[in-house]
Amino acid sequence: MQARKADRLTPLLQVQDISKGFPGVQALTGVALEVRAGECHALLGENGAGKSTLLKILAGAHRPDTGTITFDGRPVEIARPADAQALGIVTIYQEFNLLPNLTIAENVFVGREPTRGPFVDWKKLNQQAREVTRRIGLDMDPRRLVKDLSVAEQQMVEIAKALSMEARLVIMDEPTAALSETEVERLFRIIADLKAHGIAVVFVTHRLDEVMRACDRVTVLRDGKLVGSAEVKDIRVDDIIRMMVGREVELHGRGGRVAHRGATVLEVQNLTRMGDANDPHAVRVRDVSLTAHAGEILGIGGLIGAGRTELARAIFGADPIDSGKVLIEGREVAITTPQDAIRHGIGLVPEDRKQQALFLSLAIRPNLSMAALDGLTERLGFVSGSKERALVERYRQKLSIRMASQEQPVGNLSGGNQQKVVLARWLALNPKVLIVDEPTRGIDIAAKNEVHHLLFELAEAGIAVIVISSEMPELLRLADRIVTMREGRVTGELMRDRATEESLMHLFTHNQTAA
Amino acid sequence: MASATQTGETRNGGIDLFGLLATYAPLIFLLVLMGIFAWLEPRFLLPLNLVNVMRQVSIYGLLALGMTFVILTAGIDLSIGAIVAFAGLAAAAVAKGGLENRFAAGADASALGYGWPLAMLVAILFGTFAGALQGFAITRLKVPPFVVTLGGMSAFRGAALLMAGGGPISGFDPGYTWWGQGYLFTLPLIGRIPVPVVVFLLFAVLAHIVLSYTRYGRHVYGVGGNPEAARLSGLNVRGITMSVYVLMGFMAGLSGFILSARLNSAEAVAGMGYELIVIASVVIGGTSLFGGIGTIFGTVIGTILIGVLQNGLVLNNVSPYVQQIIIGLIIVLAVAFDTFAKSRRRRA
Repeated sequence: MQARKADRLTPLLQVQDISKGFPGVQALTGVALEVRAGECHALLGENGAGKSTLLKILAGAHRPDTGTITFDGRPVEIARPADAQALGIVTIYQEFNLLPNLTIAENVFVGREPTRGPFVDWKKLNQQAREVTRRIGLDMDPRRLVKDLSVAEQQMVEIAKALSMEARLVIMDEPTAALSETEVERLFRIIADLKAHGIAVVFVTHRLDEVMRACDRVTVLRDGKLVGSAEVKDIRVDDIIRMMVGREVELHGRGGRVAHRGATVLEVQNLTRMGDANDPHAVRVRDVSLTAHAGEILGIGGLIGAGRTELARAIFGADPIDSGKVLIEGREVAITTPQDAIRHGIGLVPEDRKQQALFLSLAIRPNLSMAALDGLTERLGFVSGSKERALVERYRQKLSIRMASQEQPVGNLSGGNQQKVVLARWLALNPKVLIVDEPTRGIDIAAKNEVHHLLFELAEAGIAVIVISSEMPELLRLADRIVTMREGRVTGELMRDRATEESLMHLFTHNQTAA
Repeated sequence: MASATQTGETRNGGIDLFGLLATYAPLIFLLVLMGIFAWLEPRFLLPLNLVNVMRQVSIYGLLALGMTFVILTAGIDLSIGAIVAFAGLAAAAVAKGGLENRFAAGADASALGYGWPLAMLVAILFGTFAGALQGFAITRLKVPPFVVTLGGMSAFRGAALLMAGGGPISGFDPGYTWWGQGYLFTLPLIGRIPVPVVVFLLFAVLAHIVLSYTRYGRHVYGVGGNPEAARLSGLNVRGITMSVYVLMGFMAGLSGFILSARLNSAEAVAGMGYELIVIASVVIGGTSLFGGIGTIFGTVIGTILIGVLQNGLVLNNVSPYVQQIIIGLIIVLAVAFDTFAKSRRRRA
């Protein structure tokens, strides 16, 4: 560990004009980032702003299409993770990179164990591990197995590993997401210690109050572009929020159509799902109550990990709940499996189309009819071919699904048309409640617009539509009413005319329940 | 991901050339193989020889039909050879009127035994029960199918050895052996058609109808193609998974009975290595080990292909050891093709 207190203002890392495209998505366009030695630098942005892509470029997991990276005054190329390590750039991901069945010492020095001849020098290994862990306040027998440690302790093992590699820049992706208050305090003390030794820390988080406390500067990304950088001492939380969401909202509401809010169809009371108690990354749902009305689109907003998807899955019976009630049209119903939910008229379009909704090995026809087969089945369990083809044809026209034939593999369709097939699967069941998780993820603008109009039509037809979206413009456009969530709890509820990106971002990132 | 201009287009006009090739590749391979063997040894094409091939494959074929259902759900069943032996012995014991009468013969035996219908029923019940037991372990205890049926392979073989007490049970009445050795009718030009061949083809047609035209068949494809999507679409994933092992057990029980009838003998070492040949037949026939893709037509072709290969190699005096090497190579190549096809679909 060389202390480099020399010149705090010389940038340690300088990223210039970085662009990176993936098929169909331009993840980063001309982004710049400057990190000085010994500072804590927060990298901020909404979901999908490009933070992860930038981090992965710095870690050597992705290669940029264009742009330059200068480290310690020299232009460098980070083509592989090993290159990043050689420079002293260490990334600590949310899912730690630890080997649970090995000891603390083995994890800290994995691949770099001190040896005596061909053998590992265990004494030296444990002694060195003890020194480095003690430096960051993890006073523990280095021979303990990592799997027996708490999340916070595992994180400290990661940091110790970074230190032992002579790290000069430590990147932490949402390090506080799974920590308790006191553990966060301890992490901040470690960060302060790293800073004092001239090590730079890049910190990704959604918790802006932490940024204000622990960081020196911020860089904000939006839609893959750089919004700007600022000294933390010069700005307020509101400024950061404005930088994060500041885009124009391109599309407005239902094009003048007014929602006719009908009777309460779905009522959720005090629903709680704690998930796997041993999984520190489990996203939980805590005491959530909400109602959805016929003819209305209810939006559920929040950042990744807020518990929106988990809430939807719990209502739908896809995951077991710990407590709470679900009422359909005023009557309590017992839903423990998706089959129960479907019987009570609830449909769910899941967030990950390919993993959770589509049967990629099958054609469009069986994909569309999969949930509705009961209604198409005649004597002896035979599926009526003519009824099935008519059903598919009906929804092809209704949703303008563009396909060459019903027998085409569903994987050959564009994302928008695939999403329409999944929507049609549920519409064929005439649901009372349709929950749509990320209705337009990964589909192009034109198809997005079509899906939005389809959702308006469904609401107008009297379905209680619930939309979960990580894109705030989409939420603001679709929803008549928005319920916001943070860390598994409902933090607020806004009617559309009162919701703005700023007011939503406040509810997504702050603790207090706003009016 | 499509850009705005691509929204209306499908990637390749909707005709999946690669898929078509994948569907007919086994058939083309079979015809080429038959051509080669006919050229090398004209006797290969004699109707008598071809009927013989069909009779040889009919037991593998019955098992392969059940295995197609299992593999369609991305499962596997390694225990079928052992269940064949176990069920065959059970049938033999019933036919003999109990294990203590195993050495009775002729009129004596017929008098003591309970007759072939009960023997067949018991074989099928034993097989079905064995399948249900394994299905339970897979769906309720959440043990992977490979492990459960590997255990089953050992356990049912052990049960068979225990039941047989070391020696075979031989000599059944003609009603019994008719199921393995008899002929049902004569076709012009081809000749007499063996009973096992007819049983195999009847079940093949039935299995094809179930898989292609019924709700249950659709659910099998759904569960195999994407279990999570199937669950979220309201399918009873556990029940369907359970059912394919029960079905497989049924077929193994029936096959055990027919094998004992064909050999006029049931022994604990019957059906050794069948799992390999049967899984090979299904995979060569185009069913994906990853689940969700496959047809009964393909399985029938795959089964015949293995039979033709074995028969043709024997006619050409190729050592049975070399046969094993060739079959092993073909299995690996078929799966390599399957993996390649899957990566192609992924990219699509």
